[in-house]
Amino acid sequence: MNATLHRILVLIRKELIAVLKDPRSRLVLSVPIVLQSLLFGYAATFDLDRVPYALLDSDRSGAAQDFMAQVDGSGTFERVLDLHNANQIGDAISRKQVLVVIHLPADFERQIYSGRGAVIQVITDGRNSNTGSVAAGYVGAVIERFNALWNEQHGGMQPPLRIEFRAWYNSNLETRWNMIPSLIAALSMLQVLILTALSVAREREQGTFDQLLVTPLRPTEIMIGKAVPSIVIGITQASIVLVLARVWFGIPFQGSLVILYFGLMLFTTASVGIGLVLSAYSVTMQQATLYSFVLLMPMMLLSGLTVSIRNMPTAMQYLTLANPLRYAIEMVQRVYLEGAGIAVLYNDMWPLVMIAAITLPSAVWLFRHRLV
Amino acid sequence: MSTPFDMIVRSAVPAKADAATARSFVSWRRLRALITKETRQLLRDKSNLMVGLFLPVVLILMFGYGLTFDVRNVPVAIVADDTSPTAQDVLAGFYLSSFFTVTRPTSMHEAQQLMLKRKIEAIVHVQTDFSRQLASGNASIQVVVNGVDANRARVLQAFAQGAIGQWSIKRAAAGEVAALPVPAVSLQTRLWYNEANNSRYFLVPGLIVLVMTLTGALLTSLVMAREWERGTLEALFVTPVNSNEIIISKLIPYFGVGLAGLAMCILAGKFLFGVPIRGSLLLIIVVSMLYLLVSLSLGLLISAATKSQFLASQLALVLSFLPALMLSGFIFDLHSVPAVVRGISRVLPATYYVEALQTLFLVGNEWGLIVKDCAVLALSAITLLILTRRNTRKVLA
Repeated sequence: MNATLHRILVLIRKELIAVLKDPRSRLVLSVPIVLQSLLFGYAATFDLDRVPYALLDSDRSGAAQDFMAQVDGSGTFERVLDLHNANQIGDAISRKQVLVVIHLPADFERQIYSGRGAVIQVITDGRNSNTGSVAAGYVGAVIERFNALWNEQHGGMQPPLRIEFRAWYNSNLETRWNMIPSLIAALSMLQVLILTALSVAREREQGTFDQLLVTPLRPTEIMIGKAVPSIVIGITQASIVLVLARVWFGIPFQGSLVILYFGLMLFTTASVGIGLVLSAYSVTMQQATLYSFVLLMPMMLLSGLTVSIRNMPTAMQYLTLANPLRYAIEMVQRVYLEGAGIAVLYNDMWPLVMIAAITLPSAVWLFRHRLV
Repeated sequence: MSTPFDMIVRSAVPAKADAATARSFVSWRRLRALITKETRQLLRDKSNLMVGLFLPVVLILMFGYGLTFDVRNVPVAIVADDTSPTAQDVLAGFYLSSFFTVTRPTSMHEAQQLMLKRKIEAIVHVQTDFSRQLASGNASIQVVVNGVDANRARVLQAFAQGAIGQWSIKRAAAGEVAALPVPAVSLQTRLWYNEANNSRYFLVPGLIVLVMTLTGALLTSLVMAREWERGTLEALFVTPVNSNEIIISKLIPYFGVGLAGLAMCILAGKFLFGVPIRGSLLLIIVVSMLYLLVSLSLGLLISAATKSQFLASQLALVLSFLPALMLSGFIFDLHSVPAVVRGISRVLPATYYVEALQTLFLVGNEWGLIVKDCAVLALSAITLLILTRRNTRKVLA
């Protein structure tokens, strides 16, 4: 037992040196993760802070001015163009000068005072239909404020039925709060999976595989020796993102660090297991890299990172059940934002244990049976 | 059996004839031999074809059938402490809507437990004195959602508003007008180029960008590094083959694979998913070829500069694929990002490709944009090729 442990430790040391001795490797494992967290943290949001819009005011009345004051005062909308007739709308949108065109009809003021209500036309660029809808929703919010103000000033009736919205855990509904904790799992997995996939394949390609086989190390020991350094690097990368989320982006951490790291450990072990299977199966480093990409792409897209899993068709939802990233993202979000405990997270953790329990022995088996 | 390497050696044997052409830009004969070698190498390794052809098919199916921002069948719990017919009437919208599937827990506490376990996504709570409050014109309904997925939470709020709004409309239609004061201003929205708000319309052009990036940068990032690591590039150096020929011969086979992926994506988008092609198909192909060239030469540059497969694959991931997914404006809009991030996205060729494709598919031949995008892509391709050329000198490291 002691000898086994010693052999494994020696191999772990060798693996860590093999990966980290090259300063370029150290750079490629540390700098991108920081830059990506910062870049994606800012870019990956569905919220709009700045909506460039064009105004086509066919009314030019006092009420129209009041309304536009509300729009401009919202802090989100930025008027970049004034249009003079409806024919100009097409170009303003298709040339991407503006995201939104607000059209106040000629009878705007008259309709408001008559009590029939005025209708504002809002035209948005649907090339990215998601952004277009969000922008239209923002105009809707401005209109609601304007109506409330109008009713107050002109003694209009309040609607008899109001809806009180409350959002748990993220009361301002900031998408960033959803995205950045997910990156703790997603970003570290990307690099670690490739790193692991290359570990055995590199020995094969460089001819050191045979040397490894004639050492006293048993296949299981070799696999543990290959797995541990990757797990360590993965957890380190995840920690970097965690620190940035907490310190740079200031997203409050609600849960327990112990639970988070326990979950991350399970997740990284499961992804390293997948990487080792690929590595033991591949003959060359090229194959190992490319096979990991064939897996990584669907894993990223079916993880709930950008598109909610609940929107997917049932068959595809079943497919996500084999995806460790799906559980990891849910787990990290729930610990980080909801402060969830083990009792709730149990459902995200046991599948990770299962994936690790299947992939790691498979890797050992493949390692033993694929002597190419 | 003749190995690819034999072929190069054989083609290089009449060295005298080649010596004259060695200084010219390329020798067609050597180039042909090299291209044959690269093509065979590409076709023989299944993993290349997995990424080049199989992965695009998987992505097409996922994007077409799986990934959608369209929300439906949201499990929602209704807790009605007021069981009066009026309250039932107001809540009817939730039962009728295809957006919601309703469960009825008995208490608010039970509903909150369901929410914690993520069995439901929203709680609609009607308090005991709801109908009395409504009669006095001051009633409210509570809607609680989980805000962790903020985008989804916002959509749910809008749907809940719609479901409850139906009641007001019905009341107004039944002549009980008092229930519904006309708002001073109301909104009429039009989503141009995608009136039905079908998210496939912007996912399919984005899919093409991803596929072109993958086949381009990822596959080629490995080819040069592999030859360095195995020492076969040094073997090539002692032949009369020049650097131009090495680069071109490595670009052409992968260019072919990229075009095959492009064809599959366009056909699937048009015929399987009904995405309109409002601009010129020819322009789509031209702009895609330009981007493919950018992406291929970026891959080659990474490969030639790192000379290591591990570094090359990591850099290809970090420099090409992730930015194309996250920073190109494909999914996330670039209007709201800080200036630094916007600056970076403006340097990315993928940003211009996304813009050109979305415009050509959904808007039409908007020449101002297309010419700008093509110019940027062409310029990037040339720059990257020159850099690759400088990194592929026949010098030993």
